[in-house]
Amino acid sequence: MNGRSNLTPALLAAPSLVVYAGALLLPLGGVLLLSLHGFDFEKGILPGWGLENYRDLLTDSLFAESLLRTLRIALWTTAICLLVGVPEAWIIYRMAPRWRGAMLLIVVGPLLVSVVVRNFGWMVLLGTTGLMNQVLTILGVPGAPFRLMFTELAVVIGLVHVMVPLVVLSVWASLGRLDPVLERAAFSLGASRLTVFRRVVLPNVMPGIMAGALMVFCLSASAFATPAMLGGKRLKVVSSMTYNEFLNTLNWPLGAALATLLMVAILTATLIWTRFVETRAMRRLGEVAEGGKGGSRA
Amino acid sequence: MSRNGPLALAFHALFLTFILAPLLVVIGVSFTGEGYLALPLNGLSLRWWRAIGDNPRFLESFWFSLRLGVTAATLSALIAVPAALAIARWRFPGRGALVAILASPLMIPHVVLGVALLRFFSGFGLSGSFASLVTAHVIVITPYMLRLVGAGLSGLDPRIERAAESLGASRLTVFRRVTLPLIAPGVAGGWILAFVTSFDELTVSLFLASPSANPLPVQLFNYIDQMTDPLVASVSAALILGTALVLLVLDRFYPIDRLLTGERRA
Repeated sequence: MNGRSNLTPALLAAPSLVVYAGALLLPLGGVLLLSLHGFDFEKGILPGWGLENYRDLLTDSLFAESLLRTLRIALWTTAICLLVGVPEAWIIYRMAPRWRGAMLLIVVGPLLVSVVVRNFGWMVLLGTTGLMNQVLTILGVPGAPFRLMFTELAVVIGLVHVMVPLVVLSVWASLGRLDPVLERAAFSLGASRLTVFRRVVLPNVMPGIMAGALMVFCLSASAFATPAMLGGKRLKVVSSMTYNEFLNTLNWPLGAALATLLMVAILTATLIWTRFVETRAMRRLGEVAEGGKGGSRA
Repeated sequence: MSRNGPLALAFHALFLTFILAPLLVVIGVSFTGEGYLALPLNGLSLRWWRAIGDNPRFLESFWFSLRLGVTAATLSALIAVPAALAIARWRFPGRGALVAILASPLMIPHVVLGVALLRFFSGFGLSGSFASLVTAHVIVITPYMLRLVGAGLSGLDPRIERAAESLGASRLTVFRRVTLPLIAPGVAGGWILAFVTSFDELTVSLFLASPSANPLPVQLFNYIDQMTDPLVASVSAALILGTALVLLVLDRFYPIDRLLTGERRA
């Protein structure tokens, strides 16, 4: 069926492209245009054009504060997800096949439960009289009970719970492509378990880790539900600020400018990260080639 | 197969506790007889499970979300299957761009998508309608659909299709009798994942929902914003148990890692 008619693929792709153009590109363009309008609480959206909304935001200390908070939360979440999710995927991978399926189901299954429900679970756990504080008090931890709800810690905990299955899944997928012979060869040459993980497994699953890291960072930086439910009204992040401007303050142009900045920030992070990963991969390839020429490095 | 050491198993146990704790705690607290979120329980009661039946708004939202998910997933399949075919079977200029555009909703923050669609639909007086929510959900779920249908297609040997053609089958017949049955598991997996994603979607829906078009996650979110009584727990517990049931049945014929990544189990 290859290339017999140039029209067929165009016809096949047409329905999806029409839907995307109408319901995605057009609305996104609309947001960009909306962000260039002024706003008045009595007259509504003003007809003139300008960059005032962006100027206002970039000089607003409240915005700077929530932008920093957004980045801080996203970075912590990403780091913890990697530290916990990568070993977990490796542990499940090494289990007996009949356990693997069940464990994967438990770890990844919560992805199919609504974020609202999962956050509510953390609200119950992290409240001042919640289970977590009860356990800490019984254990005699000094200072307990703590104020856990409506803190950045609560938001990070909630986000890690939402995101860590994605890292496990992403690493799991690249472990599936790992040749088990490599591992056995390393063991037979006397490598310890840790060495095998560090020198054989880790480099091979690096693409999965990198992809997972990017996904978690972008999703945490743009998350709305978890910061809103576990962070409360005072701990604003960029997405909850946007929500507020649109549905409470009703200053749509300012909200549109916020949305545009959020999207630009996320796209920039993606581009930088992809570029970084690519150069890293190229350097690794170079190293491997050199190692091959130079023989043993020891 | 190498085994995990005791340290690895301890780590694994802690990890499972972390993952399951918020879900189990919700199920536990839903059986309280008190008027507040009491833990540990002093006695089991079905008071708040019965309360679900007395609160029509949660039931209405449940049926609404069901209808929304089924409609959006089906429409998404209708546009994604042809697109996946074009991407898998043809090499044409702009193919890379097509792939990137169709996957792009994954990179766009849902708040931005919500804002954009609210502005767009309110321009036609359509915000808060079933149609606006369906359109929004189709955009959100189509990348997942494409991934699974695409994975199904890439596992399909094109020679089978060519064999059918060489035996005189028309293109439509080849698609209907050969390609479609072979990619059916991929399409079914994509449909299920798309449906679940739509059923759980909160952020985009928040912007478009109205009292007459109120999906369950939005209803629950707004309710929790006002108060947290054990009714939230029983509704949430029902959702958790329902999802678990679907998962267990599904896992019999469609492993979850394949459902979520499109790849075969290692």
